[in-house]
Amino acid sequence: MLEIVTVSLLNGVVYGLLLFMLSSGLTLIFSMMGVLNFAHASLFMLGAYLSYQLGRWVGFWPALVVAPLLCAAIGAAIERWGLRRVHPHGHVAEILFTFGLAYVIEELVTMTWGRNAVANPVPASIDFSLFTLFGSTFPAYKGLMMAISVAMFVCLYVALRRTRIGLIIQAALTHPRMVSALGHDVPAVFVLVFAIGSGLAGLAGVIGGFMLLTQPTLAHAVGPIVFVVVVVGGLGSLAGALIASMLIGILQTFAVAVDYSMLDVLNAMGVGVSRASALGEVLGIKLATAAPVVPYLLLVLMLVVRPRGLLGTRDV
Amino acid sequence: MSVRTSSAVGLGFAIACLAGSAGADVKIAFIDPLSGGAASTGILAQKTHQFYIDAINAAGGLNGEKLELLSYDNKVNPQESLIQLKRAIDEGARYIVQGNGSAVALAISDAVQKHNERNPGKEVVYLNYAAIDPALTNDKCTFWHFRFDADADMKMAAMTDVIARDAKVKRVYLINQDYSFGKAVAAAARRMLGEKRPDVTIVGDELHPLQKVNDFSPYVAKIKAAAADTVITGNWSNDMVLLIKAGKDAGLKVEWETYYGGSPGTVTAVGEAGVDTLKQVSEWHRNAAPELDGSVAAFSKRFPGKENEYAYWRAKTMWEMFAAAAKKAQSNDPVKVARALEGLKMPTSLGEVEMRADNHQLLQPLYVSTLERNMKYDSEGTGLGWRTDAKVDGKATALPTTCKMERPK
Repeated sequence: MLEIVTVSLLNGVVYGLLLFMLSSGLTLIFSMMGVLNFAHASLFMLGAYLSYQLGRWVGFWPALVVAPLLCAAIGAAIERWGLRRVHPHGHVAEILFTFGLAYVIEELVTMTWGRNAVANPVPASIDFSLFTLFGSTFPAYKGLMMAISVAMFVCLYVALRRTRIGLIIQAALTHPRMVSALGHDVPAVFVLVFAIGSGLAGLAGVIGGFMLLTQPTLAHAVGPIVFVVVVVGGLGSLAGALIASMLIGILQTFAVAVDYSMLDVLNAMGVGVSRASALGEVLGIKLATAAPVVPYLLLVLMLVVRPRGLLGTRDV
Repeated sequence: MSVRTSSAVGLGFAIACLAGSAGADVKIAFIDPLSGGAASTGILAQKTHQFYIDAINAAGGLNGEKLELLSYDNKVNPQESLIQLKRAIDEGARYIVQGNGSAVALAISDAVQKHNERNPGKEVVYLNYAAIDPALTNDKCTFWHFRFDADADMKMAAMTDVIARDAKVKRVYLINQDYSFGKAVAAAARRMLGEKRPDVTIVGDELHPLQKVNDFSPYVAKIKAAAADTVITGNWSNDMVLLIKAGKDAGLKVEWETYYGGSPGTVTAVGEAGVDTLKQVSEWHRNAAPELDGSVAAFSKRFPGKENEYAYWRAKTMWEMFAAAAKKAQSNDPVKVARALEGLKMPTSLGEVEMRADNHQLLQPLYVSTLERNMKYDSEGTGLGWRTDAKVDGKATALPTTCKMERPK
C-alpha cells in the first residue's frame, strides 16, 4: 500500500509538473494579452522537433537553449505579422487565426520530418537512473524536467510580480493607452510576451519530445489537456495553473491505481445493483479504466461550479 | 475529395496513356487511415499493397487485365469508412482492402454483406490484411470477407504454447486497449493460460483508453506493485511504444509478450532494455528465413528510409493468393474469385498457407520471436533483431470456428 501510494504520488507530481511546463506559456499569453492561443501545443511540438534536429547537429545541451529561442523568435514573428493584424477584429478572429495556425504547423512538420515518429531518445548525458524507490528507478531526465518546470514557475512569478518590466506588462493589459502615454512601446511589450510564451512552449517541447513521442500528432495528444489546466487553474493565474497541473497529475495517477468501480462502491454501501442490469454496464467500469477522463470531468465540474477556476480573477 | 496519392494518380495516368483508355480494368479500393494518428501505419500498408499490385501488373496482370489501387482515407473511423466504402463502390471498385482497426473491419464486413444482398451481379469482396478480432471469422463471418492475418486467438495460442514451456513465467499481468480487440486479447489470454498453465496466476487485467494515454508510468507502477514477471499486451502504435518506454524508465524487469512489439518505433524506444525480454508473435520477421526475401529487398530499394521498413509480409501472401485464385477461376469476377479462394492452398518460402473454406481465415506459419543482439538482419537500424523461439506451422494454428456462412447460389 505504502509502495503504490508513494510511487503514484511521485508519478503524479512528475506528470503534474510536465503539465505545468506545457501550460505556463499559454497562461502567460492569455493573462497578459487575452489571446487564447490554440497553436500553443503546436509550438510545443515544434520545440520537440527543433531540439531533435539541433541535437543531431550541435548536441543536446546547446539545443536545450537554442530550440526555445527559435520558438520564441517564431512566436514573435507570429505576433508581429499575424496576430497584430487580426487583433482589431476581436477574439473570434484571434482564436480562428491560432486554430488555423495549429494545422499549418502540423502540416509543415509532417512535410519536413515525415509522418512517423522520429527517433528522439533520451540524451546519453541524462540517460541514467537518479535514485531507486521501492525497486523502481527514477530516470534523470524526469528530474531535469521537474527542475526546469519549478524554475519556470519561480522565474515567471518573480518577473511578473517583482520587476519593472512585469509591472509594465501587467499595466499594458488593463491600461494600454496610459502605459503608451507614459512612453512605453505597448506593441513591443505584446511581442515580448508572446515570444516568451512561445519560448516556454518550446522549452517544454525539448523535454516533452523524448518523454512522449516526437511525431506530428504530438500537438493533438497534449493540446486538450493544456486547456483543462488553464481553465481549472483559473484563466490567467500562474499559481492557479501550477495547482491545477499538480491536481490533475495526481488525481489521474491515483485514479489508475484504483481498481474499484461505482458498482463495487454501491454494493459495499448495501445498494444491490446487478452487473447484468442496464446500469451495471456503465457503473461496472473501473475507475482505473476511466482515469484519462478524470481531467475532463474536472473541467466540466469546474465550469459548472466555479467558472473562474481555482485562482482566476474573471469568468471564462 | 478523397486522398488519392500521387503515386496512384500517377499510375492511373501512366496506364491511361499506355492503353489510351480511362483507368484500369480491376479497381481495388484501399480504405485505411491516411491522415491523423494512425496514418504512418496506413501509408506503409498502402505502399506495400501498391508494390505487390505493381508486381502483378508487371507480370501481365490478372487474366490479362490491369489492377489499379484507389486509396480512401477513413481516419480509423467506422462511420467515415462506410462513406468511403460507398464512394469506392460508386467509383467502380469490386475489391476492398482494409486492415487497421477491428471496429472498422466489422462495419465494412457488415456493409459489404448488405451491399451484395441488394446488388446481385455487382458483388464486392473484402480482403482484410490486419484486423484480427476473432469475431470476423466466427459469429460475424460472411462469405465476402477473407482474412490474411492470424486472428487474436491464433496468435494467443502460439504465444501461450511458448509460455507453457517457460517455467519462469508465474505471475502474468494483462494490459490492453479498451475496445473489442483489446478485450478479445485479454479474454483469450485468460482462457488459454487457464488451460495450458493452470499454475500461473493472473495478477492484473487492465484496460486503458485507446491511444489516449500520454504517460504510462502509473500503469507500470501497478504492474510492479503486482510483482508480475510477465506482461501480455495487444497494444499497438503509440500505446505499445509509450508503455514499453515507461517500463524501461522505471526499470521494470518483466517479459513482454506482445502482438505488436515489432511495430514501427517500438524497437527503437526500448533499445537494449528489450534484449531477451521483448517478444512478439507474427507471421514474419526479418530473420524468419535464413535469407531476406527478394521482394523485401526490392521494396526497401523502391521505398528507402526508416519509416518505410518492410512490415507486411501477409500482403505478399494475400496478393499472390489473390492472383492464384483469379487464375484458377479464369475470371476477375469477385464471386468467382471468392469461390476460388475458398480452400486454396499455396506454397510460400516460409511454408504452406491455406485459406480455410469454412470461415475464410488464412492458415499461415506463425513465429514467436525475441529481440536479440547480433542477428543477421536488425530492425530500425538499432543493431537488434528478432530471433525465432518457436515456429507454428500453418495447419497447427487452426482453431475451431462458430462460423455459419451463407454462400451465394
